[in-house]
Amino acid sequence: MRGLMGGKTVPVLIVLLAIVLFWYVMAVVMNAPWQNTLNGRANLTDVPLTEFALQTFTQDKPVLPAPHQVIGAIWTGLFGSAITAPRSLAFHAGITLGATLLGFGLGTLLGVLLAVVIVHNNASDRSLMPWIIASQTVPILAIAPMVVVGLGAVGVTGMIPKALISMYLSFFPVVVGMVKGLRTPEQIQLDLMRTYNASPLQIFLKLRWPASVPILFASMKVGIAISLIGAVVGELSNNAGGGLGVRLLTGSYNGQTIQIWAALFIAAALAAILVILVGWGERLANRRMGVRA
Amino acid sequence: MTTDGGKSQSVVEAKGLGLTFKTGDGDVVALSDVNLEIKRGEFVSFIGPSGCGKTTFLRVIADLEQPTSGSITVNGTSATEARVNRSYGYVFQAPALFPWRTIENNVALPLEIMGYADADRKARVSKSLELVNLEGFEKKFPWQLSGGMQQRASIARALAFDADLLLMDEPFGALDEIVRDHLNSELLKLWAATQKTIAFVTHSIPEAVYLSTKIVVMSPRPGRVTDVIESPLPRGERPLEIRETPEFLQLAARVRDGLRAGHSYEE
Repeated sequence: MRGLMGGKTVPVLIVLLAIVLFWYVMAVVMNAPWQNTLNGRANLTDVPLTEFALQTFTQDKPVLPAPHQVIGAIWTGLFGSAITAPRSLAFHAGITLGATLLGFGLGTLLGVLLAVVIVHNNASDRSLMPWIIASQTVPILAIAPMVVVGLGAVGVTGMIPKALISMYLSFFPVVVGMVKGLRTPEQIQLDLMRTYNASPLQIFLKLRWPASVPILFASMKVGIAISLIGAVVGELSNNAGGGLGVRLLTGSYNGQTIQIWAALFIAAALAAILVILVGWGERLANRRMGVRA
Repeated sequence: MTTDGGKSQSVVEAKGLGLTFKTGDGDVVALSDVNLEIKRGEFVSFIGPSGCGKTTFLRVIADLEQPTSGSITVNGTSATEARVNRSYGYVFQAPALFPWRTIENNVALPLEIMGYADADRKARVSKSLELVNLEGFEKKFPWQLSGGMQQRASIARALAFDADLLLMDEPFGALDEIVRDHLNSELLKLWAATQKTIAFVTHSIPEAVYLSTKIVVMSPRPGRVTDVIESPLPRGERPLEIRETPEFLQLAARVRDGLRAGHSYEE
């Protein structure tokens, strides 16, 4: 009990409770006008407040679905049908996950490669870095449809275009972090390698790379979260391929607010899980590299 | 290497050596007209106030700095060739251990880079750690060791590939006096056991006098050698109590005078 009170669990639960309460209150307030219209049509008058509240929690297409409606939709979406069925949220989450992971892998690779080139070549430091920063000032929402449509026109569809958008977003934190990370070694450590007449490759493998691992993981945590956003944005541009983005899109076409919220929460949970997994990788690496616990 | 036959051979020879750093505020003369010879098997200390160029001179020997005038030979070759041939081990002011490597892997670092075979590498690591009395700490990470032990590990790393010349740049400068005394006597034993030539930079007079067979006194602006003193103290075994003998105190006084002379010249 002491541990529970002393830890983060209780404060976090209290905040969660407050959010849920606020959510229910807002559900009543926001769904009230439509419920009044419905009740008016059915000639229902003087509905008691508690009953009215329950009515606002059970609408088909509420303005703001109540938490239990969203949870119900997530439950049936994940477990209500076969995982291969297009109705299954797990099926769509899987599609998004695939594109996210591919894009994240490519983005991390590209980021590391660019950082290596920049750190080892002064000219590319000055010529590449401004372009890399400029690449992120272009709104991704404008680029995504062009990538998806453009690649679709040459017959590349499905996971690849979405992964490329993820890559476009996720390489950035990696390249910025790794340029810094590969430059962490101190002059004394570089001098030491020079006294051994170490080759540039040896200096990279034995000094620069291990020195930059902490920053690599920090960058990858940012990178994987925005990779997911990239995949979802890519899906918004093409509703044929499926994925959480497509569920968001069709949900908004049809006013299926419950579906939108359910897809939203699945996407958020997926991002959280991915960040946690990268965190585990970080801890594993830390343990092997003797970082003080 | 035979100790007798090679004794008179010079390991380092500097002639008219000068080094000028070009900085934004103008030129800084770090070394000016340095003439010096270090013979095989000697323990040579460089002492002087900060800015006298003692570290710079050591870095020139190690080919970490390029002289702007004069010449230097290391093991009869240019400093660059000597570095490429891995003919010296360098101990820096800070241990500069890689925090992600265990002590044994830190000591193995130069051996990995130089391509020693696995079995040889293991044998050399344990021998080097034995020389600095760090057996039993192989699997520890640097942060788990005290400052003095870390510096000993860095000495073991410099010894691992058996270079004949050991360059030490104020290796014990950051340690407290008790640890320093202890490491000084251990260093003397190590020097006797390995028969290496040692060039040792320090700003402590007792340390220089206690360790050396030859003391090079330097003074700043421009960095130059003001006195070279051959030590009359016995070679090899020197108990710490030797520091209370008249010979020791006389020698220390001469070094102090040399330092003072160099300083008053400047002011």
